[in-house]
Order: sequence, then structure tokens, then C-alpha cells
Amino acid sequence: MIAAPLALLAELTHRCPLRCPYCSNPVTLAGPGAELDTETWARVFREAAALGCLQVHLSGGEPMARRDITALVAAASGAGLYTNLITAGVLLDEARLAALAAAGLDHVQLSVQDSEAASADRIGGLAGGHARKLAAARLVRAAGLPLTLNAVVHRQNLDRLPGLIELALALGAQRLEVAHVQYYGWALANRAALLPSRAQLEAATAAVEAARAALKGRLVIDYVVPDYHAQRPKPCMGGWGRRFLAVSPVGRVLPCHAAESLPGFDFPDVRLVSLRAAWEESEAFNRFRGTGWMRAPCQGCARAEVDWGGCRCQAFALAGDAAAADPACALSPHHALLAQAVAEAASAGGGFTYREPKRAPLPPAPGAPFFAAQMEG
Amino acid sequence: MTPDTAPRFAPGMKLREDKARGQWVVMGPERMFVPDETALEILRLVDGARSIAAIVDDLLTRYDAPRALVEGDVLALFADLRDRGVVTGG
Repeated sequence: MIAAPLALLAELTHRCPLRCPYCSNPVTLAGPGAELDTETWARVFREAAALGCLQVHLSGGEPMARRDITALVAAASGAGLYTNLITAGVLLDEARLAALAAAGLDHVQLSVQDSEAASADRIGGLAGGHARKLAAARLVRAAGLPLTLNAVVHRQNLDRLPGLIELALALGAQRLEVAHVQYYGWALANRAALLPSRAQLEAATAAVEAARAALKGRLVIDYVVPDYHAQRPKPCMGGWGRRFLAVSPVGRVLPCHAAESLPGFDFPDVRLVSLRAAWEESEAFNRFRGTGWMRAPCQGCARAEVDWGGCRCQAFALAGDAAAADPACALSPHHALLAQAVAEAASAGGGFTYREPKRAPLPPAPGAPFFAAQMEG
Repeated sequence: MTPDTAPRFAPGMKLREDKARGQWVVMGPERMFVPDETALEILRLVDGARSIAAIVDDLLTRYDAPRALVEGDVLALFADLRDRGVVTGG
């Protein structure tokens, strides 16, 4: 008996007005013509609820780029799912937000790129974007919807973490999610410009601990130490095929939103199979489920069912093998690659390769062959 | 949190039935709490109007226990839930 998933990440579109250089979308972005239609998404939401999902994250790209976003929220909420909108906020206005609230939206998660406008606009690659996000946050609160502020942090904004905490309070957010960049896809190509130093990280961790104590009961701060400075890997997605599933804009059912970066997979197409069949029966979901697939040093490790071997995408990106231990683990033979990348980043510049629909980035050497293959074509 | 506080669910927090797993959960953004039987009974009485003292009154109609003990436990539960952002006071 395979346990049911708890949450569905619905990547409604890859379209987005921002161009963040650490975007978690795949390097080959889906065009609008290939996106699932309203009725197919509505079926996916019903199937997710029937399968046992309690929550759906409507994400992208920018989910507000979908003209049918209100119908999609209504479908998700109607299916009984706790409905969370993950948005950059720049396409929100009062009328659209009111429609979403009326459709049953439970929560808004708004991204900011920095606490200072000039830096935020440079990182997001959209002039005036930060001011529009602040306006969006006020609209969310005025509509009576709960707000989480999401800040992706890296070398070029981590020193302003105290400013981000102040911003979350000023905007009336109940929760601040501080997410360190995950280095695959676009972010891997920009890794040298984004990796923070150990000193930066220690200052940020201290700032979070102090703020958590001072703001107990007022602001919840989610924060995880990033892989490149860790000794043990994170339980990525809570384990492959254990708690979460994602559906891509074109309907691929994925164990995590980055899984399409892994070669040699035939991910189920939700237009052809049910979500339940994809979750329970597909080879893709079963390949790294549990611990049977593990090799040394994961096989037999006391932490095998704690971290589930870490992140498959990071294993592939750094070790060239999706079935290897996550190099974030000090027991991985590839662990030294992380410290090496941190050392190299310390003397690197801050220029970005921005996310663009027609520009697949090259990863830093030694490149994973899959990205090179994507460059042809 | 005092006996006069009327707790309510924090914005975004909802008590919902999880039919697939035969339990009730408090849902929030990317967070979920699974209350045990006693906590669930207390959370069902949270409506933003009832005070903690009134919630204790309700529990005492069903449980044979000293009031001070029940009230202490309920206050401790709500203080913990407030710190975790699940409920707010007043």
C-alpha cells in the first residue's frame, strides 16, 4: 500500500514577467500553447483530493498570467483542497484579488527579491517590480487574505535578511519563508554569482534565530540551512514519491518540480493517465521511492529514512548520477565539490544569466551532459 | 493566553477533515498539524467568541477532573499553538 500524497504543486504556466536568475522552472520552458486547459486542471484537482492531497499550491511561472486563474481557484477550492497562490504579485489588482477571494482562495504566498527596490528590481529583472509587489501585499491584506512573504536568498541579498524580516512585519505577513537558492537548472548556471559565504550565512542564521525569539506568536519564520554549507542532506520533498507531487504546465506528473532535469525518465502524462495511476503505478514514481534503490553510503545508513538520500536532482547535477547520494552529505565522495564551488564563488563577479524563454543556460564546468544536450536544438 | 482570552484560528489556519487518512488536521500554508483526540476536542470549541474559561466549562461537563488541572492543560495547549502561529488570542 503506497501512502497518499499530502500536497500537489500545480505549475499552471511557465510564463512570468520576472526573469529571476535562480528560477526553479526547467531550462527549457513550455510555451503557452502547450498548457493544460481549465477543465483538465479541474480534473487534476478533483483527482488530487480523491487521492488524499489536502493542499494545492498554484504556482508557475506566474499563475496570474493564466486568464482562467479565478476558475482554477474555484475548481481547486471546490475539490476541497486548501488553496495557496504562489505569486510574484505584479499582475495582481484589487478586482482580480476580490474574485480570487470569492472563489475560495485560502492563502497568498508573495515573493520578494530583496528588501531594497533597486536591488530587488535588478535581481528580478523587472523595472518597477518591487513597488508593484508592495502594492500587491497591501491588496492581499486589505482583501482579508493571509499572507506569507517568500524571500529567496543568496549572496547578493542575504546581508539584508533583517530588512526582509522588517518588510514582512510592515506588510502584515503572518509568515516569512526564507528559502536559500537550490542549485539546479537556471540557478546552477548562476551559481558563482549567487552562493553565499560562510560568514554571510552565519550572520543570517543568527538574525533568524534572534527574530524568531523576539517575534514569537507574531511572525513564523521558515528557514533551512542551505546544502552548500551543510553536512547532511535535506529530506528533499520529504522523500521521492512520499508526500508531494507536481504537475507541469503541459501535464507531466513529477515527484518534484525539478525532476524533469533528470535524464532517462518517462514521466506520466496527466492527459493520458489518472493522477492515482501516476502516483501508485508509474515507473518514474517508484524508481526512487523508499530505500531499496539506495547504494552506499545511503544503503544501511541510520539516516536513510530521515533524509531519503537527499535530492535526486542535486545528485545528478553534481555527481552525474541521479541514484548517487546527494553530494550535500559529508559521506558522499562528491561532497568536496560543494566547498570548491563556495571557494570559487568567493572571487566570482555578480553578473546574471537571466531566465529567458529562448535561452537555455550552460552550467558551470564540469557540466552535466543533459544541459549540453538541451543546448543543441 | 488567560482564562478570559477567546482564541481563534490565525489567518490561513483551518480545521479540516482528512478523509483519506481518517483524521482531522489544522491546515495552513505549507504546514499541517494533526491534533490528538483531546486537542481536537478543544479545537472544535474554538470559534473566536468562546473564552478559554468557557472551553474549560464545556470540557468539565464531560470529564471528571479538577478544574485547575484542566485549565492549566488547556492554557498550555493554546500558548503552544499561539507560539506556532496556529491560533491568536482575543
